[in-house]
Amino acid sequence: MMNVLSVIVATVLLILIALGLLRILWGPTPADRMLAAQLFGSTGVAILLLLGRGTETESLQDVALVFALLAVVSTVAFVRRLWVRPKEARERGIHGSTT
Amino acid sequence: MDQLRDILGGTFMLSGMMFFIAGTVGLLRFPDVYTRLHALTKADNLGLGLIIISLLITSDSISEDLKLVLIWLLVIMSGSSASYLVARTALHRGVEPWRKQ
Repeated sequence: MMNVLSVIVATVLLILIALGLLRILWGPTPADRMLAAQLFGSTGVAILLLLGRGTETESLQDVALVFALLAVVSTVAFVRRLWVRPKEARERGIHGSTT
Repeated sequence: MDQLRDILGGTFMLSGMMFFIAGTVGLLRFPDVYTRLHALTKADNLGLGLIIISLLITSDSISEDLKLVLIWLLVIMSGSSASYLVARTALHRGVEPWRKQ
Protein backbone atom coordinates (compact mmCIF):
# COMPACT_ATOMS: atom_id res chain seq x y z
CA MET A 1 0.00 0.00 0.00
CA MET A 2 2.83 2.36 0.81
CA ASN A 3 4.38 1.68 -2.57
CA VAL A 4 1.23 2.67 -4.44
CA LEU A 5 0.73 5.74 -2.25
CA SER A 6 4.33 6.80 -2.82
CA VAL A 7 3.95 6.64 -6.59
CA ILE A 8 0.64 8.53 -6.47
CA VAL A 9 2.13 11.32 -4.35
CA ALA A 10 5.16 11.44 -6.65
CA THR A 11 2.83 11.92 -9.62
CA VAL A 12 1.04 14.78 -7.87
CA LEU A 13 4.39 16.44 -7.15
CA LEU A 14 5.31 16.06 -10.81
CA ILE A 15 2.14 17.96 -11.77
CA LEU A 16 3.16 20.65 -9.29
CA ILE A 17 6.52 20.97 -11.02
CA ALA A 18 4.71 21.49 -14.31
CA LEU A 19 2.67 24.25 -12.64
CA GLY A 20 5.88 25.81 -11.37
CA LEU A 21 6.90 26.34 -14.97
CA LEU A 22 4.16 28.98 -15.13
CA ARG A 23 6.05 31.08 -12.64
CA ILE A 24 9.15 30.79 -14.80
CA LEU A 25 7.08 32.06 -17.68
CA TRP A 26 5.35 34.94 -15.85
CA GLY A 27 7.82 36.00 -13.17
CA PRO A 28 8.59 39.68 -13.64
CA THR A 29 12.00 39.59 -11.98
CA PRO A 30 14.79 37.01 -12.38
CA ALA A 31 14.40 36.28 -8.68
CA ASP A 32 10.96 34.82 -9.35
CA ARG A 33 12.44 32.46 -11.89
CA MET A 34 15.16 31.48 -9.47
CA LEU A 35 12.53 30.77 -6.81
CA ALA A 36 10.77 28.44 -9.20
CA ALA A 37 14.10 26.69 -9.79
CA GLN A 38 14.49 26.34 -6.05
CA LEU A 39 11.03 24.77 -5.90
CA PHE A 40 12.04 22.35 -8.64
CA GLY A 41 15.04 21.32 -6.58
CA SER A 42 13.10 20.53 -3.42
CA THR A 43 10.20 18.92 -5.23
CA GLY A 44 12.64 16.90 -7.32
CA VAL A 45 14.27 15.60 -4.14
CA ALA A 46 10.85 14.60 -2.80
CA ILE A 47 9.88 12.90 -6.06
CA LEU A 48 13.13 10.94 -6.19
CA LEU A 49 12.80 9.79 -2.59
CA LEU A 50 9.20 8.74 -3.10
CA LEU A 51 9.93 6.91 -6.33
CA GLY A 52 12.88 5.21 -4.68
CA ARG A 53 10.57 3.95 -1.98
CA GLY A 54 7.75 3.15 -4.39
CA THR A 55 9.81 1.00 -6.73
CA GLU A 56 12.12 -0.23 -3.96
CA THR A 57 15.16 1.15 -5.75
CA GLU A 58 17.20 2.49 -2.88
CA SER A 59 19.90 3.95 -5.14
CA LEU A 60 17.57 6.82 -6.04
CA GLN A 61 18.27 8.30 -2.63
CA ASP A 62 21.84 8.98 -3.69
CA VAL A 63 20.52 10.82 -6.72
CA ALA A 64 18.31 12.89 -4.42
CA LEU A 65 21.39 13.77 -2.35
CA VAL A 66 23.15 15.04 -5.47
CA PHE A 67 20.09 17.11 -6.40
CA ALA A 68 20.04 18.71 -2.96
CA LEU A 69 23.69 19.67 -3.32
CA LEU A 70 23.26 21.08 -6.80
CA ALA A 71 20.26 23.18 -5.79
CA VAL A 72 22.22 25.27 -3.31
CA VAL A 73 25.12 25.70 -5.71
CA SER A 74 22.87 26.94 -8.49
CA THR A 75 21.09 29.49 -6.30
CA VAL A 76 24.32 30.83 -4.83
CA ALA A 77 25.84 31.08 -8.30
CA PHE A 78 22.80 33.02 -9.48
CA VAL A 79 22.91 35.50 -6.61
CA ARG A 80 26.65 36.07 -6.56
CA ARG A 81 27.38 36.07 -10.26
CA LEU A 82 24.35 36.97 -12.31
CA TRP A 83 21.89 39.02 -10.26
CA VAL A 84 24.33 40.95 -8.13
CA ARG A 85 23.64 43.89 -5.89
CA PRO A 86 24.59 47.24 -7.45
CA LYS A 87 27.37 47.82 -4.91
CA GLU A 88 28.96 44.48 -5.67
CA ALA A 89 28.66 45.05 -9.39
CA ARG A 90 30.60 48.28 -9.05
CA GLU A 91 33.25 46.81 -6.76
CA ARG A 92 33.95 43.80 -8.88
CA GLY A 93 33.33 45.21 -12.28
CA ILE A 94 30.72 42.56 -12.97
CA HIS A 95 28.26 43.51 -15.61
CA GLY A 96 25.30 41.81 -14.00
CA SER A 97 21.81 41.42 -15.39
CA THR A 98 19.97 44.71 -15.59
CA THR A 99 16.42 43.61 -14.85
CA MET B 1 2.25 -2.58 14.64
CA ASP B 2 3.07 -2.83 11.00
CA GLN B 3 -0.34 -1.49 10.04
CA LEU B 4 0.02 1.39 12.48
CA ARG B 5 3.34 2.29 10.89
CA ASP B 6 1.79 2.22 7.45
CA ILE B 7 -1.15 4.38 8.49
CA LEU B 8 1.08 6.95 10.19
CA GLY B 9 3.43 6.97 7.22
CA GLY B 10 0.56 7.48 4.84
CA THR B 11 -0.83 10.34 6.93
CA PHE B 12 2.50 12.15 7.03
CA MET B 13 3.02 11.63 3.32
CA LEU B 14 -0.37 13.09 2.47
CA SER B 15 0.11 16.12 4.71
CA GLY B 16 3.52 16.68 3.15
CA MET B 17 1.85 16.62 -0.24
CA MET B 18 -0.71 19.19 0.99
CA PHE B 19 2.10 21.52 2.02
CA PHE B 20 3.75 21.12 -1.35
CA ILE B 21 0.46 21.98 -3.06
CA ALA B 22 0.01 25.01 -0.79
CA GLY B 23 3.55 26.19 -1.49
CA THR B 24 3.20 25.86 -5.26
CA VAL B 25 -0.18 27.59 -5.32
CA GLY B 26 1.36 30.36 -3.23
CA LEU B 27 4.26 30.65 -5.65
CA LEU B 28 1.79 31.11 -8.47
CA ARG B 29 -0.68 33.46 -6.83
CA PHE B 30 1.23 35.74 -4.47
CA PRO B 31 1.83 39.28 -5.73
CA ASP B 32 5.48 39.84 -4.84
CA VAL B 33 8.95 38.24 -4.71
CA TYR B 34 9.05 38.36 -0.93
CA THR B 35 5.65 36.76 -0.41
CA ARG B 36 6.45 34.08 -2.96
CA LEU B 37 9.64 33.36 -1.07
CA HIS B 38 7.58 32.96 2.06
CA ALA B 39 5.30 30.42 0.34
CA LEU B 40 8.27 28.60 -1.09
CA THR B 41 9.87 28.00 2.30
CA LYS B 42 6.72 26.28 3.51
CA ALA B 43 6.88 23.79 0.67
CA ASP B 44 10.61 23.44 1.05
CA ASN B 45 10.85 22.77 4.77
CA LEU B 46 7.48 21.47 5.88
CA GLY B 47 6.49 19.55 2.77
CA LEU B 48 9.78 17.80 2.32
CA GLY B 49 10.15 17.34 6.07
CA LEU B 50 6.83 15.58 6.48
CA ILE B 51 7.48 13.33 3.50
CA ILE B 52 10.88 12.41 4.90
CA ILE B 53 9.31 11.72 8.29
CA SER B 54 6.91 9.31 6.62
CA LEU B 55 9.81 7.60 4.86
CA LEU B 56 11.72 7.40 8.14
CA ILE B 57 8.80 5.74 9.87
CA THR B 58 8.35 3.07 7.22
CA SER B 59 11.97 2.36 6.44
CA ASP B 60 13.72 -0.86 7.28
CA SER B 61 17.37 -0.01 7.82
CA ILE B 62 19.26 2.46 9.95
CA SER B 63 21.64 3.48 7.18
CA GLU B 64 18.70 4.50 5.03
CA ASP B 65 17.36 6.57 7.94
CA LEU B 66 20.67 8.35 8.32
CA LYS B 67 20.83 9.12 4.63
CA LEU B 68 17.31 10.56 4.68
CA VAL B 69 18.12 12.78 7.65
CA LEU B 70 21.26 13.97 5.89
CA ILE B 71 19.28 14.89 2.78
CA TRP B 72 16.76 16.74 4.93
CA LEU B 73 19.43 18.75 6.71
CA LEU B 74 21.07 19.65 3.41
CA VAL B 75 17.81 20.86 1.87
CA ILE B 76 16.95 22.90 4.97
CA MET B 77 20.33 24.58 5.06
CA SER B 78 20.40 25.25 1.35
CA GLY B 79 16.85 26.54 1.35
CA SER B 80 17.42 28.95 4.19
CA SER B 81 20.66 30.40 2.83
CA ALA B 82 19.28 30.63 -0.69
CA SER B 83 16.13 32.44 0.41
CA TYR B 84 18.12 34.88 2.53
CA LEU B 85 20.44 35.65 -0.37
CA VAL B 86 17.62 36.11 -2.87
CA ALA B 87 15.66 38.39 -0.52
CA ARG B 88 18.69 40.51 0.31
CA THR B 89 19.65 40.95 -3.32
CA ALA B 90 16.06 41.76 -4.28
CA LEU B 91 15.96 44.46 -1.61
CA HIS B 92 19.26 45.99 -2.72
CA ARG B 93 18.22 46.00 -6.34
CA GLY B 94 15.14 47.97 -5.51
CA VAL B 95 12.33 45.46 -5.80
CA GLU B 96 9.55 47.12 -3.84
CA PRO B 97 7.51 45.05 -1.38
CA TRP B 98 3.88 44.81 -2.38
CA ARG B 99 1.52 47.05 -0.49
CA LYS B 100 -2.19 46.50 -0.22
CA GLN B 101 -3.90 49.11 -2.32
